[in-house]
Amino acid sequence: MAETAETLLTVENITLRFGGVKALTDVSFDIRKGEIRAIIGPNGAGKSSMLNCINGFYHPQEGRITYKGQTRKQMRPYEAASQGIARTFQNIALFRGMSVLDNVMTGRVLKMNSSLFEQAFFFGRARSEEIAHRAKAEEVIDFLEINAIRKTPVGRLPYGLQKRVELARALAAEPDLLLLDEPMAGMNVEEKEDMSRFILNVNAEFGTTIALIEHDMGVVMDLSDRVVVLNYGEKLADGTPDEVRSDQAVIDAYLGASH
Amino acid sequence: MEFFTDFFVGPIMEMVKAPEFLAEVAIAGLMSGVMYSLVGLGFVLIFKASGIFNFAQGVMVLFAALNFVGLMDSGVHPIIAFVATLVIMTLLAIAIEKLVLRHLVNQSQLILFMSTIGIAFFLEGFGELIWGGNVRPLHVGIPDDVIFIANGSILIQEADLFAGVTAAFLVTVLALGFRYTAVGRALRAVADDHQAALSVGIPLNHIWIIVWAVAGFVALVAGIMWGTKLGVQFSISIVALKALPVLILGGFTSIPGAIIGGLIIGMGEKIAEVYWGALFGGAIEEWFAYIVALIFLLFRPQGLFGDKIIDRV
Amino acid sequence: MLYREAGDFKTSYAKDQALIPIRQDRVMLYICIAIALALPFVANDYFLGSIAIPVLIMVIAAIGLNLLLGFCGQISLGSGAFMAAGAYMAYKCATAFPWIPMPVSIILAGIATALIGLAFGLPAVRIKGFYLAVATLAAQFFLLWLFTHVPWFVNYTMSGVPTPPPATVLGVYVTGADAPNWAKYLFVLAFCAGLTWIAYNLVRSRIGRTWMAIRDMDIAAELIGIRPLWTKLTAFAISSFYCGIAGALWSFCFINTVEPTAFDINRSFQILFMVIIGGLGSILGSYFGAIFITLFPILLNSAPAWFGLEIPGNIITNLEFMIFGAMIVFFLIAEPNGLARLWQLGKEKLRLWPFPH
Repeated sequence: MAETAETLLTVENITLRFGGVKALTDVSFDIRKGEIRAIIGPNGAGKSSMLNCINGFYHPQEGRITYKGQTRKQMRPYEAASQGIARTFQNIALFRGMSVLDNVMTGRVLKMNSSLFEQAFFFGRARSEEIAHRAKAEEVIDFLEINAIRKTPVGRLPYGLQKRVELARALAAEPDLLLLDEPMAGMNVEEKEDMSRFILNVNAEFGTTIALIEHDMGVVMDLSDRVVVLNYGEKLADGTPDEVRSDQAVIDAYLGASH
Repeated sequence: MEFFTDFFVGPIMEMVKAPEFLAEVAIAGLMSGVMYSLVGLGFVLIFKASGIFNFAQGVMVLFAALNFVGLMDSGVHPIIAFVATLVIMTLLAIAIEKLVLRHLVNQSQLILFMSTIGIAFFLEGFGELIWGGNVRPLHVGIPDDVIFIANGSILIQEADLFAGVTAAFLVTVLALGFRYTAVGRALRAVADDHQAALSVGIPLNHIWIIVWAVAGFVALVAGIMWGTKLGVQFSISIVALKALPVLILGGFTSIPGAIIGGLIIGMGEKIAEVYWGALFGGAIEEWFAYIVALIFLLFRPQGLFGDKIIDRV
Repeated sequence: MLYREAGDFKTSYAKDQALIPIRQDRVMLYICIAIALALPFVANDYFLGSIAIPVLIMVIAAIGLNLLLGFCGQISLGSGAFMAAGAYMAYKCATAFPWIPMPVSIILAGIATALIGLAFGLPAVRIKGFYLAVATLAAQFFLLWLFTHVPWFVNYTMSGVPTPPPATVLGVYVTGADAPNWAKYLFVLAFCAGLTWIAYNLVRSRIGRTWMAIRDMDIAAELIGIRPLWTKLTAFAISSFYCGIAGALWSFCFINTVEPTAFDINRSFQILFMVIIGGLGSILGSYFGAIFITLFPILLNSAPAWFGLEIPGNIITNLEFMIFGAMIVFFLIAEPNGLARLWQLGKEKLRLWPFPH
């Protein structure tokens, strides 16, 4: 990844508090267009909170978020989604009562604009949109190799496939920035390899910028262009995988400081 | 313009002119508020301990009262009838846990809520099938004279006073029990986090039975009070629905909230009915509590004492 | 092998997204429509007037509540009150503007009910949980009080229970005392069929998917860009619209009076039971639920007589309460998709029949 690539998202001096508890303290980093950016850190380091700030689910008390050149104090979920930020969740957040296809189609909700009237009588834009977006959803389904299960209710799928459907739903929105919260948690080696391949393909084929949280260090080091390390809500290190790996503060945080 | 005078000026003038009457109305309202409080208390107990919004609480009041009055009418001594009804309510709690709740673990709150509506209907049919649907007067020796205070200008029903004192006693006992006994601690732990409570060895199923039984006990007390005033009849379960707006006022998770909310609603609706009812054509008691709840939803949705909830993803 | 999906290939997304993608289901539908249309010629007046008409009207109300509860996951305990709103609004509309065709009056009443519904839903849908239950109870008690205590709603009729004005469609009376049952039946049937079709369209379109997304996981839905408030409000408004039309038809084509007692809280629970027993999130299930809940008490009342037993009416009522209550609990535990799911299982059996292994 070229060092000069333009920045897609910058967070500056983010501080997030829940009552008296500080989840994030003065965290700053940036995400460049087209890169895979990893956020790592021990449990409770504030990684998920960081993603929640970026897509507007949490509202940090201090700091600024600049996305696509626009600076704001806080994101709003609707705003983030409509400007091309999609995400997956640590604990799968699929719509369990709906089929795989319907789940993926919800990813395209923001791109549909037929009126209530057209939908009620299923004519005009309502009809043409359903068909056009179905084609788009099927592309994503093909890409992630989940064709065979497209009409299955997601509640009946095994865990690994659910994770994949969740990624499909996020991809269906054709995001510019994709936030992945532990996409490989709880997977076996094979599933992890599949998922890694998908992530790399998404990045390479669609040019999607990706920010991911992951615990498996091997995966992180292989996949990501740059890594930011959080610990107790503060930024500990930031750089390429190699730089981070040899950073003394990071080693201390992970292995315990040697006295 | 006339309406505004009638609405704003008239009632206030009346209140100022006859403060003793206002006090009498307020006290009467407080007493029916005690009933709402008792039903609301049952709701809060179950909601806190199991996250279930128990629609059947109102019907449990009716069911308990029906059993109590039914036993008394067949010649059982009141104290034995009371104990027997407590046993019945405990058996009911066990049955509900075994037959319903156990099978609905991990279901959404909405499903649990709807299942309590099913329970409510079943109990109502069951209770009236056994004891009949007639209005049954209830006399358990609660004094029902009137007393006068403030130089005889304010009239109070002794039964109301008795109800108020009993309710206060009950609430104190429950609050202390919740705070200082092992069962109370377990209840609070379960309320906080089911899984964590399970993992430290708190038997969830027992806890549920205990809260439902305690809620049954509260229902019985409320049922006796209410039955003494109005007779034991079907309409009790409808009136008990007013505990729902009470909870919005007080917050779903707060015991003091349920009490204070009940008192405010009880007093508010009486005063509204007496001073403003005629202006609107009467019977505004039917909806006053609900409209107050709606206004609260607009401006303070967590209620007076409720917790604000933070979502996690 | 009687029921087959295999061999019925779709060659385009449009065909796959058709309302009823499987040919045999389509044939079933045509047969049902044919039966429904032939009914006036074969059924007697009692069946049309006392069973078919109320069942179809309750189907409309049940679909309305199902859109809200089964698809969007928001509960309402005030469906009865919204039916009442529809009835009174239709009455006001039909008497104030007699030149408006009756079907239009009824649709206008539905729209007015949707607006009334919004007024009650708005404070509650901002917050999740059971607040909507309380807000709709508020609607239940307040609206019924309003309609009985403000004489304007009944055009200052002395009795307080006015009779709906007679009106014709294509020269035949469809409302009022002179309307023949077959005409009222066809009138109601047309509404029921049209609203069923619209409901199917809604749930397979964007709006239906946003409802289900909110139902299944509102937080994730919000982060996808679905606005929870807006989505819940549309569900609430459309649900009220359906209930309003059902209420108007109930007054105009069934009981022939406009009175509040037909729409009390028991009506609300009746509709709720139809939705749960018929199947949450199934429009077909609303039909099953409405048919079952309407017919079962009739059956329960007449069944003992067939065996020469005589059971007093109040015991029957109590039994009915117990059975419905138990069934609610049973279906919620065993089969939240209700009778509709049992129907589907039946079809799957037929797919294998007569070679079940």
